[in-house]
Amino acid sequence: MKKQFIVFISIVFLILLFVLGVNIYKTQQAKKYGFLAQENASTFVRDYSQTLGSDDAKVYLVKFSDPACETCAAFHPFVKKLMAVNQGKIKLVIRYAPFHDGADYFVKILEAAKRQGKYWETLDIMYKTQRYWASHHNPQPQRIWKFLPNAGLDLEKIRNDMNDPEIAKIIQQDLADAKTLNVRKTPGFFVNGKPLPSFGSKQLQELVESEISKYY
Amino acid sequence: MTTLDKASNSNWTIVFVCWIIASVSTLGSLFFSEIMEFPPCALCWYQRVFMFPLVIIFLVGLFPIDKSIIKYALPLALAGWGFAFYHYLLYSGFIPESIQPCSQGVSCSETYLDLFGFLTIPMLSLVSFSIIIVLLYILKRRLSK
Repeated sequence: MKKQFIVFISIVFLILLFVLGVNIYKTQQAKKYGFLAQENASTFVRDYSQTLGSDDAKVYLVKFSDPACETCAAFHPFVKKLMAVNQGKIKLVIRYAPFHDGADYFVKILEAAKRQGKYWETLDIMYKTQRYWASHHNPQPQRIWKFLPNAGLDLEKIRNDMNDPEIAKIIQQDLADAKTLNVRKTPGFFVNGKPLPSFGSKQLQELVESEISKYY
Repeated sequence: MTTLDKASNSNWTIVFVCWIIASVSTLGSLFFSEIMEFPPCALCWYQRVFMFPLVIIFLVGLFPIDKSIIKYALPLALAGWGFAFYHYLLYSGFIPESIQPCSQGVSCSETYLDLFGFLTIPMLSLVSFSIIIVLLYILKRRLSK
């Protein structure tokens, strides 16, 4: 065999091997990380974002929400039910879009509660008591403090932690991502990066189910 | 005449194998950094500096087979081997981390890859440089005969 030919074949072989390796690696990563392997995944899920559900879940349900938003509160039990029905397959990611006036106040309380490990308890209490402090005609943010002990929180610590500039940064980043993703109303849902075709619980359920059938 | 041809063929094969090793190492290190996105540390870069040109040097030396290839390739391989050996010692803990040269950016002693429990990236590099050096040494002995 000609030497030139041997070298030529080797070059082709090495390049093919490299390309094959790239393909195998990428498919493997996509399988392993699913949605998170997407290039823009970090716009949907930041490292600091509060999540609920198994790390192995393949369906990422991202919810841009506002603690003072009534529809968010109304959707909360529905999302929980969806997660319970599809045990281990859904990972819920909470992002903030505090569009209501002064709503970042509640986000700060929530993030401070996270430091006490009481995030979900606090969110539950907030949504349940929302009508007492977030009424549109007469918002009284201070009244929320009455209900917070029910979540088992150290209120003194909350008052200190909630003014941490780190929390303000989180809110800013979430708002910036909401803008990038064109979220103008809350709750803004994304299922594995896909927005709802139109708003509604039925649409949300269908989108979640179609993503689940893709991965499971 | 045939024995001379045979000898020349074997010499060619030795350089060819060197070229294959350098190419595989180069593509492999590019795979780690560009595809798997492991950031190369400072020591990795020094080893790359000596490995990447070997691909071209060996390729040029193959057509036609050039005996002076040893003169050009061996110094590069030896320098690369030195960095690889140092990196390997650092990696396996023989040299304490406190005196490692790259304190900023990527740590040189962080383990990214551990194949079969013993094959790490610095070790792969050390093995490649070692094989190339041994092959070049064999070639040198054959040519001086």
